Amino acid sequence: MIMSLANPTRFLSLVSAVVPWLTALVVILLGTGLYLAFFVSPPDYQQGETVRIMYVHVPAAWLAMGCYLVIAIAALGTLIWRHPLADVAAKAAAPIGATFTFVALVTGSLWGKPMWGTYWVWDARLTSMLVLFLLYLGLIALWQAIEEPGRAGRAAAILALVGAINIPIIKFSVNWWNTLHQPASVLRVDGPSIDPALLTPLFVMGAAFAALFMLLHLLAMRTEILRRRVRALQQTQVEHAVLVGA
Amino acid sequence: MPDLGPHAAFIIGAYAVAFVMLGVLTLVTVANDRKQRRILIELERKGIRRRSAAKPPTPRVKMTKSKPEKAGAKRKPARARKTRS
Repeated sequence: MIMSLANPTRFLSLVSAVVPWLTALVVILLGTGLYLAFFVSPPDYQQGETVRIMYVHVPAAWLAMGCYLVIAIAALGTLIWRHPLADVAAKAAAPIGATFTFVALVTGSLWGKPMWGTYWVWDARLTSMLVLFLLYLGLIALWQAIEEPGRAGRAAAILALVGAINIPIIKFSVNWWNTLHQPASVLRVDGPSIDPALLTPLFVMGAAFAALFMLLHLLAMRTEILRRRVRALQQTQVEHAVLVGA
Repeated sequence: MPDLGPHAAFIIGAYAVAFVMLGVLTLVTVANDRKQRRILIELERKGIRRRSAAKPPTPRVKMTKSKPEKAGAKRKPARARKTRS
């Protein structure tokens, strides 16, 4: 399956077929998720109404890390298997991951002020998320700095793999260090510790954010493939002009 | 909409930031996609095409008649060209 999609033209036709369905799925899931978050979900017994921030903060944080995992796997695809779309997938995912990380940081900060009494604290979870955001910015800058896509892709792949060490640090930071941030309450060995009345809206919003990520990632990958074709055609145009001139 | 209590500004602010950021990201992604497609169409209109799209592949035509191959018959492996030492 993955190798059959190695052909960018075949991949582009698949994207055109999938995008309308994925758009509809995002609209349905987001609508349902927002309804559940504001009209069905009860307030938390400790946090009160502010628990509703969880429905955007937690999915954004999941996608921030998930997106980096996509980039790390794509980096392996670039360096080991030299899959033609691996570099495209990594480059397309970086701005989306940066946005989700930014959303997770800001919404977390807005949740922290009423609950902890401060917008920011340099604890392990918050700091490692900030490092993730800086990694995304570094990757984007690297792709912008090197003009030749192949070289830029290989350099970014190495940086992405080095930065992947931050993902387990983010996940386990709340267990390894004494942090203000609460420990994991959904992805736990003994199951979620959140009441199902709060968990259902969270999962629906998580699915909505995941579908949005897939939609944006496919669109961004298509844009990147087209950008490379445009670049190649413009080079052909220049070469042709030089030949005619000579 | 339920009464969001004394922290309503934080809750609404969090949703506003999330949806504005994701909305802007969506708009930028769609705009970039359209821009690249427009440039590509413009270049192709000028007659500049990719090598693979420029010419349809021409089928090879045999100039000499040859016997039709039997179904299931094994093909002889191509001989390696001898080179002079």
